[in-house]
Amino acid sequence: MKGRKPAGERKERRKKQRERLAISKPKKGASGKTGAWRTFRPVIDPEKCSKCGLCSLYCPEGVISEDLKIDYDFCKGCGICANECPKKAIRMEREER
Amino acid sequence: MKEIVTANYAIAEAVKQAVPGVIAAYPITPQTEIVERIAQYVARGELACDYIPVESEHSAMAACIGASAAGVRTFTATSSQGLLYMHEMLHWAAGARLPVVMANVNRAVGPPWNVWADHTDALSQRDTGWLQVYVATAQEAYDTTLMAFRIAEDKEVLLPVMVNLDGFLLSHTMQDLETVEPGSFIPPLHLPHAIDPAHPAAYAPLTGPKDYYRFRWEMEKSMRAARRVITRVEKDFAGRFGRRYGVTEEYRCEDADILVVAMGTLAREAEVAVDRLRAEGTRAGVMRLRWFRPFPTLDLTGREVVVIDRDYSFGFGGVLARSLCSAARIEPFSVIAGLGGQEVTYEDIASFVRERRPGEEYWFGVKGDV
Repeated sequence: MKGRKPAGERKERRKKQRERLAISKPKKGASGKTGAWRTFRPVIDPEKCSKCGLCSLYCPEGVISEDLKIDYDFCKGCGICANECPKKAIRMEREER
Repeated sequence: MKEIVTANYAIAEAVKQAVPGVIAAYPITPQTEIVERIAQYVARGELACDYIPVESEHSAMAACIGASAAGVRTFTATSSQGLLYMHEMLHWAAGARLPVVMANVNRAVGPPWNVWADHTDALSQRDTGWLQVYVATAQEAYDTTLMAFRIAEDKEVLLPVMVNLDGFLLSHTMQDLETVEPGSFIPPLHLPHAIDPAHPAAYAPLTGPKDYYRFRWEMEKSMRAARRVITRVEKDFAGRFGRRYGVTEEYRCEDADILVVAMGTLAREAEVAVDRLRAEGTRAGVMRLRWFRPFPTLDLTGREVVVIDRDYSFGFGGVLARSLCSAARIEPFSVIAGLGGQEVTYEDIASFVRERRPGEEYWFGVKGDV
């Protein structure tokens, strides 16, 4: 049985072992501004909206805030929110660019 | 304790003693008895483990990957078409550096449909990053499965291991088995990159051209290190339990002019052939290759070599024969025999040696020139 290695060396070894696998810490916009991928833009009609929050719950990108504001910098325009909305209060409008 | 069991039961017994936390499996002939027996252990409370009966082999491997990523010891077993259905997930398990252990009962790939022994299923998965070992007895299947957990989980390796055994010839043949108490031989798994809910992160996310190759090179470094680890673990096993294995198992090779090289049960059959040939005055020996990945360094210089492949790579040749051509720089007599359970007797093997034509390929049973 070999003696215990000094703490610094052990830490370095652990770090090396972790480097065998690509691991990234989550942060906003790690893949760039994915809003640029959008073909259709979801637009909430405040008249029809009952503020149930299902759109925010179903959004796979987590870009609909608790007060139901859409972050267009990162919304990819998948349309799941519009599909899930029980009041049909979200329109998918073609982006003009 | 001595028992008389099939290799399928021997593997189930070894898995029970390694105590995985999660087993996910889908039954397929001739593997079924492995997962059936394990399910029985779990149902009777003899093995405390989550047993996930999944809807496909792809899901079985995916479930093992998920559990393994959380730092849990996992096991599954499959065969032939089931292994092929797992293909994408095999790459994932290896690339994500997860020490999953799997038994693969070697069976022919269809069509035409055939459930008998053939190595093409496993050999077609040789580039997935899995370690591959081929066994030849029920005892070896048991011992190797215990060692597989230790090797896969070694910090220098952290790659999955596939234990291969011939369908029916091993999976359904009763042989004697001496079980052991593994005790500290298999220490608890400490996966350095286990998912930690306290520190959320994305595992194996999109990795660009600047970095991707680095992770591939890490895999190859571990494959190379695995050669050392295998030797170390087999030595420790021999010290504790008295049974010794190696990267290859050699029979009457010391003074042999001609070597028969094969994997699995055919290589054991060849031992009887060698005894016959020796009685006739031909100095022959058998080299049974156990570890196919990582592929061993072999010195075969100065000897004639007859390779028997129970597999084929279309448009190229026998996988083992062609591997030896490139790794050991030899020109063997390549025999393709035993495909889909084709009967190959020791007398047949002796005749392959008697009628050898170095550098040529011969399909056993096919009439005329091939």
